[in-house]
Formats: sequence, structure tokens, C-alpha cells
Amino acid sequence: MDIIVCIKQVPDTAEIKIDPKTNTLMREGVPSIINPFDLNAVEEALQIRDSLGDGKVTVLTMGPPQAESALREAISMGADEAVLLSDRAFAGADTWATSYTLARAIKQLGADIVFCGKQAIDGDTAQVGPETAEFLNIPHVAYVKKVEEVQKDSIRVQRLMDEGYDVVESTVPVLLTVVKELNVPRMPSLKGKMAAKKTEIKKMGMAEIGADENDLGMKGSPTQVRNIFAPQFKTERRMLDGTPEEQVNFLVKELKESQCL
Amino acid sequence: MSIVVDKDKCNACETCVSSCPFDAIEMKDDKAFINEYCNECKACLEVCPEGAIKEVKIPEPRAQSTEHRQKLQDYKGVWIFAEQREKKVTAVSHELLGIGRKLADELQTGLSAVLLGADESEAKELVKWGADKVYLCEDPALEKFNDDTYTEVLSKLIKEHKPSIVLSGATPIGRSFIPRVAARLRTGLTADCTSLEIDKETKNLLQVRPAFGGNIMATILCPDHRPQMATVRPRVMKKGEYDGSRTGDIIKVAADGLTSRTKVLESVKEVSEISVNLHEADIIVAGGRGVGGEKGFKLLEELAQVLGGSVGASRAAVDEKWIPYSHQVGQTGKTVNPKLYIACGISGAVQHLVGMQSSDVIVAINKNPEAPIFSVATYGIVGDLFEIIPMLTKQIKEAKGL
Repeated sequence: MDIIVCIKQVPDTAEIKIDPKTNTLMREGVPSIINPFDLNAVEEALQIRDSLGDGKVTVLTMGPPQAESALREAISMGADEAVLLSDRAFAGADTWATSYTLARAIKQLGADIVFCGKQAIDGDTAQVGPETAEFLNIPHVAYVKKVEEVQKDSIRVQRLMDEGYDVVESTVPVLLTVVKELNVPRMPSLKGKMAAKKTEIKKMGMAEIGADENDLGMKGSPTQVRNIFAPQFKTERRMLDGTPEEQVNFLVKELKESQCL
Repeated sequence: MSIVVDKDKCNACETCVSSCPFDAIEMKDDKAFINEYCNECKACLEVCPEGAIKEVKIPEPRAQSTEHRQKLQDYKGVWIFAEQREKKVTAVSHELLGIGRKLADELQTGLSAVLLGADESEAKELVKWGADKVYLCEDPALEKFNDDTYTEVLSKLIKEHKPSIVLSGATPIGRSFIPRVAARLRTGLTADCTSLEIDKETKNLLQVRPAFGGNIMATILCPDHRPQMATVRPRVMKKGEYDGSRTGDIIKVAADGLTSRTKVLESVKEVSEISVNLHEADIIVAGGRGVGGEKGFKLLEELAQVLGGSVGASRAAVDEKWIPYSHQVGQTGKTVNPKLYIACGISGAVQHLVGMQSSDVIVAINKNPEAPIFSVATYGIVGDLFEIIPMLTKQIKEAKGL
């Protein structure tokens, strides 16, 4: 069974701060990481490969040339091959154009299972997985929290829902987007780190995936960013004083009066 | 439009470089240079102290032919996808009808709902909540959610009736299959919107959503493709006005030969002891890193119990595995707006604030007087939550005569 894992290199959004003067992002010194949910996707792919004892795991990313380091990190975890989709024509892609590009590459590479993280922590759209499945004309299951059984032409998984989960069976090939409850991603091994240095990264651009320029990058994107701005919060900030007991007394009285209790 | 650098004015201070969320500004020959990753978001315009970055009008490369423009005009009306679970319409559908009604009135057009796998009685309810028209497909194959069948039916209806705007809840269901619909229709989709407005001039839909972990907000447009599609974050929009005497058309749609490559074998409900239905809760007691562990959360549970509320948590507490993910409030968890939100030991990262800031009354209890949570607090208490909370629980018990 051949598995492709789509990964994305993202800024660690937990480290991003807003410049209070200019209301813009301060990205300086913010490290680039593999999108956390994608690590769960890599881990699951490796586990399936190892339990079935055949097939290979290929990691795929679309991004600027420096995204190569994310691919090498995935190799050091144990992935077999890596493909970098990089082309000036891909730049500025929204989810439609990104999914289209990924799907063209996946078609060329061939896979029985495609894994994606449920969403990337910079964009938070959760759209690229399902859209990619649509372009590949294969089924998908989103928010997978457990893979119960993998067979040659079917797979059974648990899909996270608002108040619990569904047990879903799908035909194979299939695309799965995964949540972090799925597993605990392994750390790179020493052997893996050696392999990561040596492995040749396959590169693909517009010509290799045989796509039309009008369907790629900003040109192929139906959506546009009009502007960005800092989120606004109400600022009430009313600090209570006195001993802890006095503060609690006052709070309970206020809450009663405002009919919160 | 295009963003350009006036090289004469640029003094290579590099302020703009770090301001760009897309890594699209670099230094070249000691001047700022905008590369191909520019999304034209305009974040850099105000940042430059020299005023060297400007937006210039260039002959719109994406401008389409008049014929194409004409085609866009054929798309009319606002649609919402009404979600059902166990054949009951969910609350987010009422919220979609609320915002949908507003947009439709502003565009002077109709509001329709699409309901799959439920009965006519539920369709009638959607009319009372504000829909002019309901497309209802009662096929039992649609009772359980499967991406293939839902995508098939909704895409077909959109192709046939050409709505200008299609909204869905940003729920596990909406966020799973709506992207397939958008991909199939070759149109744009904006995820998890928190505000929607109509551009007065162009009549385009302005879709506002948080990005970069809630650190910034972005306004997204879909100018040249129709329909304009968006998923909308639950509990952000106001519900429509319920009017029992409202009438509308219910149009029954047949779905022949629906097939699905996925099949739901079982639906399992998982609800912990204290109800985690945060969306519906009037009172939420939430804990963060300062709660220190599962023991600390026991204190919060006791307080929630006497208040008749639910327990929430920040991402930090969930990451520590002190409490399951279903309790998480914030950008990557749930958005809530209860009457009373008591934040205990939560520092108040933006990611958390975006999920709870619209609560009516916010009480913050934290050791650190500088914690950002206090900036949104109606009442702030600086102190040890292990001392304050038991005291609070006891007093409320007494106040309520329990």
C-alpha cells in the first residue's frame, strides 16, 4: 500500500505576536515548523506501512525552496521518499489552487491512501484536504481520530463530530485528514537523520505536473485577500481590591445584581 | 491592484519585512523588494515610516471579459445550508438564517435554505426562522452525513439555481463537505468566518476571518467566481427572528441513485459527566495552565456545578491532558458567548480571547496582575485560585440557598 502524506511548513503561530504600534505581525525570530497535525499524519502513515510490511510512505509539500527542510525532517521520522512542489507559478495560491496543484502531483505519483493534517495552524482553513480529494475524485474522511482497520480495498476509521464520533467505512483509495488525538508522533531516529541527509528530494514544478498556469497560484485562486487587521477586543478591565474574602463578597453581590446567578 | 516600493524613498529600515504575513518582502540591493508571494493584503502600507510602499492601480490582470461579468450577474439570491443531526435542524442553521436574512435584505434578494435528510416539519421551521424558500430532499440516504451524497445534492442544486452566496456552518460537517462543493464548482470558499458584509459599491461579499492562530483578521473576497461561499463560525452570528406566522415555499427535491463511497456504521455520543455542551451553556467556568492539574479542575467542576454551568479550558490545559479537547475554548476549540464566563488561571492569549470575548460578563482570576485576560475582564481578581474558588463556591451555594 503506497501512502502520500501532504505536509506544510508553517510559522509557529504560538510564537507570533502583534506589534501594538503598527497592528501587524511580528514574525522575526519565529521558527518554521512542520504543521503539528501533519506530524500525526506522518506518524499514522508510518504505522500503517510498518504493520502491513509493504509499500512506501512519500511526503509531499508545496512551498518555497526552503520547505525542503520540512521534508527532510519527515524523512528523519521514517518516511521513504519526499517530493517538493515548488514553482513561482504556485505562489499566492488559495485553497482551491493549492488543492488543485497537490492533486495534480498526487495523480502523477500514485497513492492508495493520502493523509493530511486536519488544518494548517497558519491558515486554519481545513479545506485543502477535502478539496484535494475532490480533484482526485476519491472519497475522504475529515477529522479522523482513529484508524481502526486497513484492508486492501477498504478502510474503517473514527471521525470526530461535535458530540462524539462516527465510525466510517470508506473504499480505498481514500484521503484522510487527521486530528492530534490520533497518535503521538515519533521523534526522528539517528538512522533517520542519516537518511534525511542522503535522500534525494524529488522536485516538481508546473511543467512536471502538467497544469495550466491559469489554474495555479494567485491567478488560479478564486479568493483574494482584501486587507488584514488586528482583532479588536473590548477593554473593560475592572480590578477588584481588598482581602480575598472582600473581593469574593463583592463579586457575588455584583453577580446577583446583574442576574448572572 | 499591485503593491510597489518607491525605491527613492526606501531607506532599508526593514520594518516592512517582518510585518508581512506572507514572507513576501525581502531586501534586495539594499531596498525592500516585493516577491511573488505577495497576497496584496496591504499590511505593509501603514508600516513604512517613509511612506515608500504604495498600492498602484494596474490594468486588472484578473479582470474578466464583459461576457464573464454578465454571467456573474445570473447568480442571484442567498442560500444557507441547514444542518440536521438525527433529523433535527441544529442551532447553527438558525444563526445562518439570521445573517443570511440580513445579507439578502441588503441585496434585495431572496433567502433560501437547503435541508437534506429531514422531514417537512423541520423545513417549515426554517421558514419561520427567516427562509423564503426551502429546498428539501427527504431521501433517507441523506439522514446520516456522508461527504459524497451531500456534495452531489448540494452541487447539483447550486448549478441549477445559481445562488450568488452560499453559507454553511463551520462545523465538522460543513467544514468537511463544503470544500468539495467549492472545488467542484470552481469557486472560492472562505473558512470559519466571524463577520460577513456586503461591499456597498461592488455588492461583493466581504468575508472576515481570523488567521495565524487568531493573531490577525483577514477580509477575503471572491470577486470573479460564483457563488461566493463561506463557512461561518458557530455562535458568532445572531439567530434570525422566529415568526410563527411566516410563510414560504417548500420545494421538494428528488435525489435518484445516490451512491456514497463512505458509509457511517455507527454514531457514538461522548459526553463527560459535567455537560460539555459549551455552545449552549449560560455559565462557563474555564481553567488554564494556572489550574495546575486534574485536581484543580475538580475545584472548577464544583463551582460549575453550583452555578449550573459547564467547564471550559484553554489550549494549555488541554495540551497538558488535564481535560479532554471537547472542553477547549478558543481559536482551535469552541467559540462561546455565555452570560457569565469565569476564567481561572488563564493568561489570556489572543487565541483564547477570540473564543470567549463576547461573553456578557467575564470574571478573571489570576495570580499575575499583568495577565492579558484582565484586559477583557468585567471583574478581575488578582489572587490564588485555590483560595478564591472554594470561597466563591461556598458563597454562591449560600446565596442560592443550596
